[in-house]
Amino acid sequence: MKKIMSILTVLLALSLVLSACGSPAPAPAPVAEEATQAAPETSNEAEPEPAATVETFRVAVVMPSSINDLAFSQSMYDALVLIQTEMGGTDYFDFVYSDNMFVVDDAAAAIRDYASQGYDLIIAHGSQYGSSLQEIAPDFPETSFAWGTTVETFGQPNIFAYEAASHEGGYVNGVLAASLTQSGVVGVIGPIETGDAKLYVDGFVAGVKATDPNVTVNVNYIGSFSDVALAAEAANTHIAAGADVMAGTAQMVVGAIGVAKENGVLWVGTQSNQTSLAPDIVVANQVYRWDVVVKEIMDLIAGGTLGGKSFVITLENGGEVMEYNPGFNLPADVKTLADQTIQGLIDGSITITLP
Amino acid sequence: MITDLLSSTVLIGILASGIRLATPYLYAAIGETFGQKSGVLNLGVEGQMLLGSFAAFYVTFRTGNLWLGLLAAILVGALMGLAMAFVTVNLHAKQGISGIGFYLFGLGMSDLLFQKLMGTVETVRGFPRVSIPVVSGIPGIGDIFFNQNILVYGAYVLVPVAWFVLNKTTLGLKIRAVGENPDAADSLGVSVVRIRYFTIILGGMLSGIAGASLSIALLNVFQQNMTSGLGFIAVALVYFGGWRPFGVLVGALLFSFVNSLQLWIQVLGLPIPSDIAVMMPYVLTILVLVATASKIRSPSALTKPFEREG
Amino acid sequence: MKKIFQSEWMSRSVDALLPVFATLAALLVGAIMLLFLKVNPIEAYAALWDGAFGSSNAVAETLVKATPLLLVALGICISFRGNVINIGGEGQMVVGALLATWVGLTFLDAPGWLIIVLALFSGFLGGALWGGIPGVLKAYFNVNEILSTVMMNAIAIQLMNFLLRGPMIDPSQELLASKIPQTARLLDIFQLPRLAPTRLHLGALIAVVLAALVYILLWRTTLGYRIRAVGQNPNASHYAGINVPRHMVMALLLSGAFAGLAGAVQVYGVNYRMITDGSASGFTGSAGFNGIVAALFGQLHPLWSIPASILFGALLVGANKMQRMVQVPSALVIALNGLVVIFVISSEIWRRNRQKRRLVAVREGESPPQQDQLEVQKEEARQ
Repeated sequence: MKKIMSILTVLLALSLVLSACGSPAPAPAPVAEEATQAAPETSNEAEPEPAATVETFRVAVVMPSSINDLAFSQSMYDALVLIQTEMGGTDYFDFVYSDNMFVVDDAAAAIRDYASQGYDLIIAHGSQYGSSLQEIAPDFPETSFAWGTTVETFGQPNIFAYEAASHEGGYVNGVLAASLTQSGVVGVIGPIETGDAKLYVDGFVAGVKATDPNVTVNVNYIGSFSDVALAAEAANTHIAAGADVMAGTAQMVVGAIGVAKENGVLWVGTQSNQTSLAPDIVVANQVYRWDVVVKEIMDLIAGGTLGGKSFVITLENGGEVMEYNPGFNLPADVKTLADQTIQGLIDGSITITLP
Repeated sequence: MITDLLSSTVLIGILASGIRLATPYLYAAIGETFGQKSGVLNLGVEGQMLLGSFAAFYVTFRTGNLWLGLLAAILVGALMGLAMAFVTVNLHAKQGISGIGFYLFGLGMSDLLFQKLMGTVETVRGFPRVSIPVVSGIPGIGDIFFNQNILVYGAYVLVPVAWFVLNKTTLGLKIRAVGENPDAADSLGVSVVRIRYFTIILGGMLSGIAGASLSIALLNVFQQNMTSGLGFIAVALVYFGGWRPFGVLVGALLFSFVNSLQLWIQVLGLPIPSDIAVMMPYVLTILVLVATASKIRSPSALTKPFEREG
Repeated sequence: MKKIFQSEWMSRSVDALLPVFATLAALLVGAIMLLFLKVNPIEAYAALWDGAFGSSNAVAETLVKATPLLLVALGICISFRGNVINIGGEGQMVVGALLATWVGLTFLDAPGWLIIVLALFSGFLGGALWGGIPGVLKAYFNVNEILSTVMMNAIAIQLMNFLLRGPMIDPSQELLASKIPQTARLLDIFQLPRLAPTRLHLGALIAVVLAALVYILLWRTTLGYRIRAVGQNPNASHYAGINVPRHMVMALLLSGAFAGLAGAVQVYGVNYRMITDGSASGFTGSAGFNGIVAALFGQLHPLWSIPASILFGALLVGANKMQRMVQVPSALVIALNGLVVIFVISSEIWRRNRQKRRLVAVREGESPPQQDQLEVQKEEARQ
C-alpha cells in the first residue's frame, strides 16, 4: 500500500516538474501577460483616472528591513513619500513596496515580478540584491532599475547605482562627539564590520581623531542587524567604559538609543532622523536624502536614459544632510565647528583618510 | 591590553551587564523548565516573548503605567500558552513543530500589530533602577547586583522560587510525575491534562515577562523581531541546566558573562576580529557543557503526548 | 479483503489531503485578519494562488522554493526517525554553501560538470561536519542536540560574516568603498543547468531523486534499519548489538549533510554567489527551519516530503506575491505561515484517530512501531 502511494507521489511530483519544464514560453512572456491585468489595480481602481493628461510615474521598491526601522529602509521610504507629496499625490507619482525582503532569493522574485508589471523604475534598496539585478535587468530592457548601495552598474544600460558617502556624515558626527565629550571617551556601535556601516564607523573615528587625538573611540560590532538587546548592552558597555557620547548605525541601534536616553548619554544618529526617539539626548543626525538621487534618475528616464550611471550622495550634492535636533542646546562654538567641517568637506578643504 | 580586562571597571562592567543580559533568558528558560518537567517541549518561546514584549510596550506607551504593561505581557503570554496547551495536550500535535508554528505566528503578529498600532519606533520610560538600601553602597558588588531595575531582581528571585516549587511542593511532585510517567501519575489521580495546561500557561506568562523585561525595563523600545533568537537560546539553556532552575541560572549567567566579555574585548580594542568575538559565548557554552558532561536524563515523557489507555 | 483494501485506500487519501484542508482552514482565519486590514481576502488569495501556480513561471518559482525545503526535509526524516532533533539546518546550510562556494571559486580551470559534482559533494560534506559535531557531542558527551544545534547556527552565521567580509570577499568589492560582503560570482559553466526558461534548475530533480534514495536508505538498508531502531528504542537496540552512539552520530551527520547540500544547491542553482546580510535567513530563506515543517507535514516520510515541500513552497512564494499585489504588510504573511503550521500539525489527530480505527478494523497489526520491532528482532537475529 505504502509503496503504491509512494510511487504515485513520485509520479505526481515528476509530472509537476516536467510540466514546468515542458512549457515552451520564455520566462518574461507569461508574466508579462499578467502584468496587463495587474497594472491597473494598484492605484486607479479607487478614483477615476485623471484623463490621460498626466502620466503617473510608477515606482516599485524592494527593501531589506521594515519601512519604519528609523534607519536604512526608512530613509528610502521617507524619500519616496516626500517626492510623492512634492509632485502632487498618487496621480503623478505612485509607488509600491516590499519591505522585510531580507531573503535574497525572495527579493529576486519580487524584483522580477515588479519588472513584469511594467513599473517605470524598480529600486533594489539593498547591496545584497546586486546579483539578482544583474540577471534580471537584461530581460527587461525597457525598464529602469536602481541598486544601492554601490557604484556598480554592471555596464548595463538600464541599471542605475547609488550609494552614500556615509563617512562624511560620520566624520561630522565624530567632530561633534569629540567636541561634546567631557569624559574623553566616545563609543560607536555597528552591525557587521563591512559595507555602509564600516564606512560610517571609520568616518566617525576619523572625525573624532581629527578633532582631538586624545579622545578615545571605542568601537563595537555586534554581528547582527536585528539584535536590539545586544546593541543595548553594547551601549551599556560603552557607558561603563566611560563614554558620554555615542553613535551607531543600522536598524538595531534603537536599543542603544534607548539605553543612551536612560543614562543621559548623548547620541549622534545616521541614516534616518532619530531625534523623535530621544529628543533630550540626540544631538544631530546624518540623514540620507535619497529623493535627490531618485529625482535625478526620474529626469534621466524622462530624457530616455534608463541606466548606466551611478550616484553618490554626499554633503555636497545635498543627498546627505546634517539635521540638528532643535530641542538640543548645542553650544554655539561646537555648532560652528560642525558647520565649518561640513563646509570643509563640501569644498574639499577637509579630506577624510580612512584606514 | 589583556591586563585592561582585569581592571576593576571592566570586571564590574562585565558582571553588571552579564546580570542584565541574563534576565530575559532566566524568565523564559525557567518557564520552559516547568513545561519540559511536565513533558512538554515548547519551541515557541521566541514568539511568546515577541508578543509579550509588544503588549507590554504598547500598553505602557498608551497608559504610561508600567504595571499595566507588565500585566498585558503576562496576559498575552498566558493566551499564547493556552493556545499552545490546547494544541499539544488536547490535539496531541507534535510539540517541536507546533512550537515553530507559534514562533512564526508571534513573530509576524507582533510586527503586524506594531505596524498598525504604532507605525514607528518610539521609546517609553521603563522600570527605573532601584538601589537596594545598604547593600547597593558596597563598592563593586553594589553596582553589579543591587543597582538594577525591578524586573532584573525578579528574575533572580524566580530561580529559588522555581526550585522550591519543583522540588519541595506537592505541585512540583505532580509536575515531575507527569513528566516522568504520565500513566502512573494518572492512575494515582493526578490530572495530566490539568498539570500540563498549568505548566504551559505558566511558561507562556514567564515568556511574556521575558519580553516585557526587554521592552519596558532594559531597552525601553520595541522593534520588529527584537528578540532576534533570544527565545531559542533560552530553550537551549534549559538543556544546559539539566532541567534544574539553578542549572539554568548557571547557564544563563555563563552565556551572558561571556557575551559581555566579548563586548568588552571589542571595546578595549583587543586584536580579535569582531565576528570571532561574537562567536565566543556560543562556543564556550558548548565547551563548558562538554567539560562538565553531566549524565542528567531528560524527563522521560518529554515530547510524548498523553493518551489515557482504553 | 478487497473491500477493506478499497475503504483503506479512500481513508488514506483523505489522510493525504488532510494538510490541504488544514491549510485552507488556516487561510480562513487569515481571511479574517485580512478583513481587519481592509483587504479583500478573495483578491488576496487569488494573488496567492496566482503567485504559486498561476503561470509556468509561478510553478517554477514554487519548485525553486521547494527544492531546499525538500533537501532539508530529507535530512530531517533521517534524524527525527533516529529520534534526534536537528534544528541546526540553518547553520548546516550555511557551512555547506561556504565549502561548496570555495570549491567553485578555487578550481577555475576544471570542467564545469566536475566542479558541480565536487561542489555538491562538498556541500554535503560541510553540512555533515556541522551536523556531525552535535552528533558526536550528543552521543559521546551527553550534550543535548537542541542546545548544540542552536549554538552551532549562531557560530555558522559569524563564520560566514567573517569569511565573506575577509578571506572570501569578492576581489572587485575589496577595492570599492561599499565592500559588500559577498564572494565573487561563480563562472557560468559552474552553475547548475536550468530545466526550462525559468529559474527552475537541476537541483529540483536531484532533490526528487535523493528523496527516493533516502526512502531506500531508511527502509532497505541496514544503516537505515539501525538508525530507526536506535530512534525507536535505544536500549533494545543496544542489547541487539547495535552501536547506539555511532548511529546517533550518523543520524545527525546525514541530516546535516542534506541541509549542507541544500545550501550548495542554493548557491549553484539560484544565487551563484554567497552574500551575507548578517543573518542566516537572508541566504537560506529559513529553509533550515521550514524544512522541518515540510518533513513533518510529510509524516517524516521522504517521498511524502515531496508534495509537502511543494505545498509549503507554494505558500511561501504565493504569500510574497500576495504581499506585492494587495500591499499587505509582510508581517501578516509570516503570521499566516505560523497559523498554517499550527493548523496542519493539529489536524494530524484526525489522521491518527482514523489510523487507530483502521487498525481495530483490519487487525492485521501493520502499525509502524510493531513493524519496527520486527525489524529490530530481525537485526538481532542477524548479529
